[in-house]
Amino acid sequence: MNCCKNFPIIVLSGNEKLCKKHFIEYFENKVLKTIRQFDLIGKKENLGIAISGGKDSLTLLYILNKLSKQNQKIKLTAILIDEGIKGYRPNTIKTAKKFCSKNKIKLNIYSYEKEFGMPLDKMLKVLDVKPCTLCGIFRRYLLNKKSKELNFTKLATGHNLDDECQSILMNQFKNNIRLSARLGPKAGIKENKGMVQRIKPLYLCSEKEVTTYAFINKLLDNLTECPYVSESYRAQVRDILNDFEAKFTGTKNSIANSFLQILPDLKIRFKDDDEVSYCKKCKEPAAKDICNACKFVEKLKS
Amino acid sequence: MKINVFYDRENKEKTIELANNSSVKDLLAKMKINPVTVIVSKHDNIIPEDEKLKDKDNIRLISVISGG
Repeated sequence: MNCCKNFPIIVLSGNEKLCKKHFIEYFENKVLKTIRQFDLIGKKENLGIAISGGKDSLTLLYILNKLSKQNQKIKLTAILIDEGIKGYRPNTIKTAKKFCSKNKIKLNIYSYEKEFGMPLDKMLKVLDVKPCTLCGIFRRYLLNKKSKELNFTKLATGHNLDDECQSILMNQFKNNIRLSARLGPKAGIKENKGMVQRIKPLYLCSEKEVTTYAFINKLLDNLTECPYVSESYRAQVRDILNDFEAKFTGTKNSIANSFLQILPDLKIRFKDDDEVSYCKKCKEPAAKDICNACKFVEKLKS
Repeated sequence: MKINVFYDRENKEKTIELANNSSVKDLLAKMKINPVTVIVSKHDNIIPEDEKLKDKDNIRLISVISGG
């Protein structure tokens, strides 16, 4: 698709220029193609959408809501985790509530404070652990637990091409290749009854494309950044990747596409790693006797 | 020419001086901003990097970086 000499808004990595109308078409087709290619959504689903109120998750919810209007058998419910980050999360919750109310989408909010006894800001004063590590463990735990309680058939997340490329590189740089086996448009290595299947419909959409789509559709209400993000290893990998993409256009696409070619082999290679046992305390999936979330909850109590 | 730029990530407005006939790409280079990390809007419309700018244009830079 190489369109409109009039008012181009974006130049794609193949040097194609698209106007607003054709960009929307291009972006939505890309998401639908990803859903079909990787068999992410079936004909009948009770889909959970993990949202934060940021541009990625609202873009995802906006597009999947369009899809569910065309197929009444796809039911959507949004789920939001309130970690308890002052100056950041309250704003995004406000945006998420406004969006869901306007679009008549049911929104369930769960907080660290209610579920684990204190907000993230306070946890970080008690525990000597990196913010993103702790936050990630609790967030994944809650999302999975609540998805099961809400009988979701799948949980869609707003992970985009940039997120995935960062994870691939981070795992490579830290010799964590077994973690890469869990990546891909369908997360995890194999189906497990204790885990709700997580899917990433924006897998092949770059962060710039998602932001452009969100801007056009007025989904960019909130531009605040998590105060802990700059401390992360991911943020440094992100910057390296963006520098590379600017010099060598198409780098991110190449990373994801070459990764997708080896992913089936990685999933076979590490399939035994995915034998899940269950936490003796909470009965949620765990690699050892006690899951990481319960271990941290214990530390918070002591 | 002088361009008024609002960069949302810094939440402040700046005036940037550029040579006549400069483009968005030149503006970002002058501000040392990687074009991959922003979208650029003029009068609420997104404009591509090769678009030429005019004196006293009002430009908004929107960061594409995820909130976390």
